[in-house]
Amino acid sequence: MADQLIFDKIKEKFSDEILDSYEFRGDKVVCLKKDNVLEIMEFLNTDSDLHFDFLADLTAIDYLEYSEPQPERFAVVYQLYSHEFKYELTIKVYIPEEDLHLDSVYSIWKTADWLERETYEMFGIHFRHHPNLKKLLLPEDFKGFPERKDFPVKGIGYRENFPIYSRPFDNNYLRKEED
Amino acid sequence: MGLESNLNTDGGGFMVTTVDSVVNWARKSSLWPMPFGTACCAIEMMATYASRYDLARFGAERMSFSPRQADLLLIGGRVPIKMMPVLQKIYEQMSEPKWVISIGACASSGGLFDTYSMIQGVDQFIPVDVYVPGCPPRPENFIDAFMKIQKLVENDSVKNYKKPKNNSFNKLWQTN
Repeated sequence: MADQLIFDKIKEKFSDEILDSYEFRGDKVVCLKKDNVLEIMEFLNTDSDLHFDFLADLTAIDYLEYSEPQPERFAVVYQLYSHEFKYELTIKVYIPEEDLHLDSVYSIWKTADWLERETYEMFGIHFRHHPNLKKLLLPEDFKGFPERKDFPVKGIGYRENFPIYSRPFDNNYLRKEED
Repeated sequence: MGLESNLNTDGGGFMVTTVDSVVNWARKSSLWPMPFGTACCAIEMMATYASRYDLARFGAERMSFSPRQADLLLIGGRVPIKMMPVLQKIYEQMSEPKWVISIGACASSGGLFDTYSMIQGVDQFIPVDVYVPGCPPRPENFIDAFMKIQKLVENDSVKNYKKPKNNSFNKLWQTN
């Protein structure tokens, strides 16, 4: 019942924005176009029948070389939860490789702050109007986006380029002194 | 029992020894470790310090949380690329003579974290004296490593610290 209510509510208002909606093993998923994401999120948050007041997770998926064909290479995934009605909902927004920009949902859920920063540093997806979009976990001078599928797992010199400290004194105590 | 058994009954007497024996005895019996624990190996390290294994028996009673007053660096856990400059700074801040134990698979070789963000063994960038195998090692392994450090200190000589090798004292680090 509830499943249908969520789908109906979104379809009723934003029928043009929905690419796909399906249920997989009890998880409700709605795929949206990328242009009016903020408006739809605002609706999901404020609507009195849904009231998704909690952004449980926000991350991205790189579909490079994925077994099934996907509309675009990247997808940003929002996991929403409604404490009032115990609803769960997954929102998927596909964004093309050429234009990695999306509106920030920081204005709705404050927890998006760090989640968007992490998605930004790991995938290179920019969130418009984010208050402080800089690297969260990686060193500030880090180049590249580690969670993209074409990123080399062992890196390109990140873990090798450090100064080498040697012993300042010749205290090789394992060697017996001759004199 | 101890030194006092060499005293005469009237309380006088003297003994002859070498500077090395006295200095090394003092150094090895009161090592001040600087813990650099970044992961689960540090938990084993703490267990070794706690009452059951009690590393204070070996003279390392005082954990020095300032590198400037420490002479033994205990690296326990994985070291990511963001932490390596910190570790190097800590190593540089320690005064001579200093010794380093690398505890566990991650600190010694990167362990199972063969990724872009993880240092594949701290000995690539700072000198390490004793390695402890294990993931994480048992406190017994750690005590063994500690006793090996004591053996190294015992066989050291103050003469080794007279002049810096290759005038490198003022440029402690060089890039490859």
